[in-house]
Amino acid sequence: MADVALGKKFLGQPVERVEDEILLMGKAQYSDHLPTRAGTQHAAILRSPHAHAKIISIDTTRAENIPGVTAVMTGDDVKEMSEAFLIVLRQPINQWALAVEKVRYVGEPVAIVVARNRYIAEDALAEIDVTYEAMKPAVDQEEAILDDAPIVHEAVGSNVVSTRDFTYGDPDDAFAAADKVVKMKIRYPRNSQTPLEGFVVTADYHQGENLYDVASNYQGPFTSHPVMSMALRVKNSQLRMRTPQWSGGGFGIKVQIFPYVVLICLASKKVGKPVKWVEDKLEHLSAAAAAPNRLIKMEAAVKNDGTVTGFRFDQQDDYGAFLRAPMPGPLYRMHGILTGAYDIKNLSVTNRVVMTNKCPSAMVRGFGGPQMYYGIERIMHKVATELGMDPLDVIRKNLVPAGVFPYRAAAGALIDSGDYPGAVERAVKEGALEDLKKRRDEMRAAGKKYGIGYAAIVEPAQSNMGYLSNILPRDERQRNPKGGAVANATVNVDPLGTVSVTADSIPQGQGHMTILSQIVADVLGLTPDQIKVNLDFDTAKDAWSIATGNYSSRFSSATTVACLKAAEKVKAKLARIASQTLNVPADQLEFVDGKIRDPSNPENGINFYRAAGSAHWTPGNLPDEMEPCVRETGSWSPPELESPNEKDQINTSLTYGFVFDFCGIEVDEDTGEVKIDKYVTMHDSGTLLNPLLADGQVHGAFAWAIGCALYEEFVYGDDGSFLTGTFADYLVPTAWEVPEPQIVHMESPSMLTPLGAKGIAEGNCMSTPVCLANAVADALDVEDITLPMTPTRISAMIHGEEKPPNNDKPAVTIPVKGEGNVLRGTGETFVPAEPLEVWNTLLDPKALAAVIPGCHALDLIGDNSYEADVSLGVGPVRGRFKANVGLTEMVEPKKATLSGGLIGPLGASQGSGHVFLEAADDGTKVSYDYAIELTGTVASVGGRLLEGAAKALVKQFFQRLGAQVGGRPVSGGEPWWRNLLRSLGLLK
Amino acid sequence: MSKLNKDARYPVTMTLNGEEVTGHAEPRMLLSDFLTHEIGITSCHVGCEHGVCGACTVIVDGTVMRGCLTLAVQADGTTVETAESLASKDGKLSELQLAFKKHHGLQCGYCTTGILMSLTAYLEENPKPTEEELRDMLSGHLCRCTGYVGIVKAVLDYCENSTE
Amino acid sequence: MKPKAFDYLKVSSAEEAVVALAQGGEDARIIAGGLSLMPMLNFRLAEPSILIDISKVDSLNYIREADGHVEIGAATRQADLMRWDGLADKLPLVNAALPYVGHYQTRAKGTVCGSLSHADPSSELPLCLAVLEGEVDLQSTNGKRTIPADQFQTGMLSTAKQAGEMITAARYPTAKDGCGYAFTEMAQRRGDFAIVALAAIASAKSIKLGIGGVADRPTVREWDLLEGDALNNALNEFAWDLGGYDDIHATARYRRELVRRLGRRVIEEAKTCRS
Repeated sequence: MADVALGKKFLGQPVERVEDEILLMGKAQYSDHLPTRAGTQHAAILRSPHAHAKIISIDTTRAENIPGVTAVMTGDDVKEMSEAFLIVLRQPINQWALAVEKVRYVGEPVAIVVARNRYIAEDALAEIDVTYEAMKPAVDQEEAILDDAPIVHEAVGSNVVSTRDFTYGDPDDAFAAADKVVKMKIRYPRNSQTPLEGFVVTADYHQGENLYDVASNYQGPFTSHPVMSMALRVKNSQLRMRTPQWSGGGFGIKVQIFPYVVLICLASKKVGKPVKWVEDKLEHLSAAAAAPNRLIKMEAAVKNDGTVTGFRFDQQDDYGAFLRAPMPGPLYRMHGILTGAYDIKNLSVTNRVVMTNKCPSAMVRGFGGPQMYYGIERIMHKVATELGMDPLDVIRKNLVPAGVFPYRAAAGALIDSGDYPGAVERAVKEGALEDLKKRRDEMRAAGKKYGIGYAAIVEPAQSNMGYLSNILPRDERQRNPKGGAVANATVNVDPLGTVSVTADSIPQGQGHMTILSQIVADVLGLTPDQIKVNLDFDTAKDAWSIATGNYSSRFSSATTVACLKAAEKVKAKLARIASQTLNVPADQLEFVDGKIRDPSNPENGINFYRAAGSAHWTPGNLPDEMEPCVRETGSWSPPELESPNEKDQINTSLTYGFVFDFCGIEVDEDTGEVKIDKYVTMHDSGTLLNPLLADGQVHGAFAWAIGCALYEEFVYGDDGSFLTGTFADYLVPTAWEVPEPQIVHMESPSMLTPLGAKGIAEGNCMSTPVCLANAVADALDVEDITLPMTPTRISAMIHGEEKPPNNDKPAVTIPVKGEGNVLRGTGETFVPAEPLEVWNTLLDPKALAAVIPGCHALDLIGDNSYEADVSLGVGPVRGRFKANVGLTEMVEPKKATLSGGLIGPLGASQGSGHVFLEAADDGTKVSYDYAIELTGTVASVGGRLLEGAAKALVKQFFQRLGAQVGGRPVSGGEPWWRNLLRSLGLLK
Repeated sequence: MSKLNKDARYPVTMTLNGEEVTGHAEPRMLLSDFLTHEIGITSCHVGCEHGVCGACTVIVDGTVMRGCLTLAVQADGTTVETAESLASKDGKLSELQLAFKKHHGLQCGYCTTGILMSLTAYLEENPKPTEEELRDMLSGHLCRCTGYVGIVKAVLDYCENSTE
Repeated sequence: MKPKAFDYLKVSSAEEAVVALAQGGEDARIIAGGLSLMPMLNFRLAEPSILIDISKVDSLNYIREADGHVEIGAATRQADLMRWDGLADKLPLVNAALPYVGHYQTRAKGTVCGSLSHADPSSELPLCLAVLEGEVDLQSTNGKRTIPADQFQTGMLSTAKQAGEMITAARYPTAKDGCGYAFTEMAQRRGDFAIVALAAIASAKSIKLGIGGVADRPTVREWDLLEGDALNNALNEFAWDLGGYDDIHATARYRRELVRRLGRRVIEEAKTCRS
């Protein structure tokens, strides 16, 4: 497609944003500010504390009786009122808006309370009694695929729900002919860019028309709209979705609002009133969505000169508990460009989709790219290490050469433009790489751990809506081929000649209004401030299609084109109108400074507003067959986005930019901190529509990438408990941690989009984590690097064997905690009574009730099995729990095993311990050990407190046991006998 | 003052951005919820509700505070300022706000209003911070969009060139 | 994420507060800045029956120097102490530690005594109090008592403060001639809870080192002036005695490593700033 003749007065300029004024004034209405009808009810969601459990029963009676509570719904209600969500795979993975029969991850919605306000709704959550039967969870993705692993979806029969093999070129031949085969296994962690604004859904069911009217900060794609309407059992037109003009950040995560849209719709239908739900941060962190963690086993076929002739990838993505549309997108979105920035013809890849008992995965900025490039660029670094080459030379050796565009990559990407070697050399020069190398030499000479890392990546934009088709076998996908990617925009000129624009881009803060105003201003010879762009969106009124939404860097190469086409249609129409008055052929007129005029005789012109006005005021005077009014919609889908071909090749995206990064880092010898000394990032994103905004996107992606590399990870315990439920646990980098990178631009316009623009907002999410990892690998000369590279992990690599305690003095027993959040401890105490007396106390419900800290009631419910109501906590932290405890393996009066569980609003726990009684002088030595798993809110937000809390509680228990048996009243603090001994001077 | 009962609602009156306003709140209602849902302003953005992200930062009687860690009843009788107080009455942005616009110091804008309030209080005490001091102060806010670059540039430019 | 319902009482004196505490029973809580308590309320980790607000009690809002101490009232904010003219001179350790206490925005409202009362094992202000051997004043309807720092914090979020008691003031001993004071900490991000916090005092004859974040309370050890291997051995012994614990941010071993490595750094720094 040829570049259009566009007088670029504003496009390409660093125009300040039209969005900013209202935002800076604090006047913008985000979703939570949107007006709601009087009587609107507020929802709160009860979430599973278990990673995997059967729901035995749910009793909502007490919750429903709370004044102000309108309704409580459970999975049974939802199953009756709706269908399970459609998914991409043909597998029995059924998800409803609330858990049905069992829960599969911590945070899964189990029940919803609708009440007068959110405070009351949350009060009611604590009064819902759910009886769970905990099951063993599948947590680690490598263990989940083993034969004896617990199965997340029994009906599937396996946690591997899809496996697809692809071969391009002749990889077997490449590997057979290789001088060397370099192998590597990498893991990419779970993370997400966590927008500050949570999900918001307001739904109003209109009974008379069987219509759900929804306002939500959902960001698309509207492929999910039919998923929602089908779940709700209505036609598409009966689900009216509106998204607001202002959103507090999306980054892909707000795609995953759609199950909640259905849930709140059902709640509204049930109570006959509008219902509003605002997600809070604990809900967001634990249950919104995460980028899938990925395991890649890679092999590279390598020649001794550094040429890589083939790749073999075995990619395994962990999608958590459910496959929500459009999952498993991250595994397939990058498919066409699996060879990255390199001219590698031979490739074999196996894609595996694995289910585990974790939060469902989703698209997050970078959308499969961070995972894939972490693999490719780490192995390129390793190739260099093994060959004794400079990593940059290996990159140079393998880059797609200049002058070959459009270039068809092995797996099908049609790379539209670029000059990768040229871009690299420009970055090397402008970023002063040679100086950085000198600095590394100097730092190393001074004994510092200093490293340089590189990464070269291709950044795709505007996804082919057929990108997921490759997950289906060839014959199956050919029956229903999918491809393309439609964008829509409308330009309207009103009777007074003012111009307004709407589009289906659903922005989340990027500045789409500004760019569209630049485009339309340039086409129509106006200024951006004369263009009113309105990007709130309404499926009942706006032009839209399945691709509608904000994801995969869709805006700069797609929506802009639709807008350009709409503006050009308006221009053509107004030119025809003006042509009548000016007696100049329409195609010879120019639009300049608010006028339509003859360029050869600028005096011969009319005002823009007058030409537009005549289409409203005097439609009878319009040229023949011209329709009145000026409202034009541009729709665009690029022909290059085809369905996968016979050879499984697919052009997964329309445009492909290039990013090349290098950096210098120093590792602090003492603390293990990684300090970024210098960071250079080179972007060729085609034509820059607004350099100010383009840099803003680079800075934002870079900052999140710093998080992914050094700070951010969703952490799960072995029991599937979720451990990063606060922003003090999920560590988002601040202004202190994020340096300013040096940005270098190059512009190779895309030949496939009229404006030449490509995406720019995702590149650093893909390049920066691995660039930093390569630098750390260089600094420490290590291969196995786990993200995020936290100080504790780096310390484990650089600090060697720990210095043992001095003088063979036995160290204090340090509670050894297993992986995850299993709390373990041991201890001993002395009780001034015979072992039998202690034994009897443990078996006597009354005595035991007095011993258990915070015990309100304790009942014997079976042989040596008790049910108790207890308040537990440390300091001000306190929660009420229902406890079940049983005694087994009893050897009177010597030892017993205690095991059981707790459940309450703050979470659930499972644990066991052993008690050993041994006669000692005038009493009993009681020794004990315990292992407790905690899950639910308290594990998610109180991680720092748990170790101490468990220790304190167990200690208290045995102190009280001592006091009880000794016949002394229970008191806090030290056992009474220590005080006695101290007062007698026998104890210091 | 007498004890406020947990189940009752009480009038809360404050001078909000120069105007006296009254709403009603139970003792447990957070100031952030009160300002947004009881009074109806749009500049106290609820982010994390545990005091880390800073999106709800407002100034109460001259002290910068997290709206989510303050009770509405605690703000009774106080003077509260939010980002809506910064532009002139006739809608002209302040020099600090203009600097944010010039340097692309905001994208989605959700964190911006809180950051502006921290800056309002902080620059009063320290009108010409070094970049390090500024970044230290900004570490009390999370921004997911900008990478902080535009924010830092905007403030340093403002401090250098302000005529206010 | 909204608190459970509670009664609320804004008081104007400590006397009024302790009466309310006595009436409120075990679940009554004092709120001053609320920086530690409010997040727990929002998560419903704590569900007090009544909040007794002392933030506007003028008689508890003071910084007073007397008898070799700086006394800080229970309503005094961290930012006020940071701005106090005498800080660098009289309390150089606290002066070095305060910038690590949360952020500008949290120090503006958070109180010194609130931090002591919350008793987080990683917190800087309790650590300084322990190393300086300060003390805490408690008051209840039964009267007043003073507790030395080493007996005040008893464990994770736990103090010697009994139900019905509130902190009215804390006293930090002022700098002594010939002593050097230094503070450092390791946290992953600016303002985070410390993984390990370290406070050192070096005199002509001895070294004192306090560690936060490794055991369940700040722990202090004092040695003769050690150098070289002797110091390394002492730090190693201290590290092993503290033990440490694993959480998602750091392993016990990493914590011990920081005690050894940063312990050395902070002691050296304290030595160089001896007056």
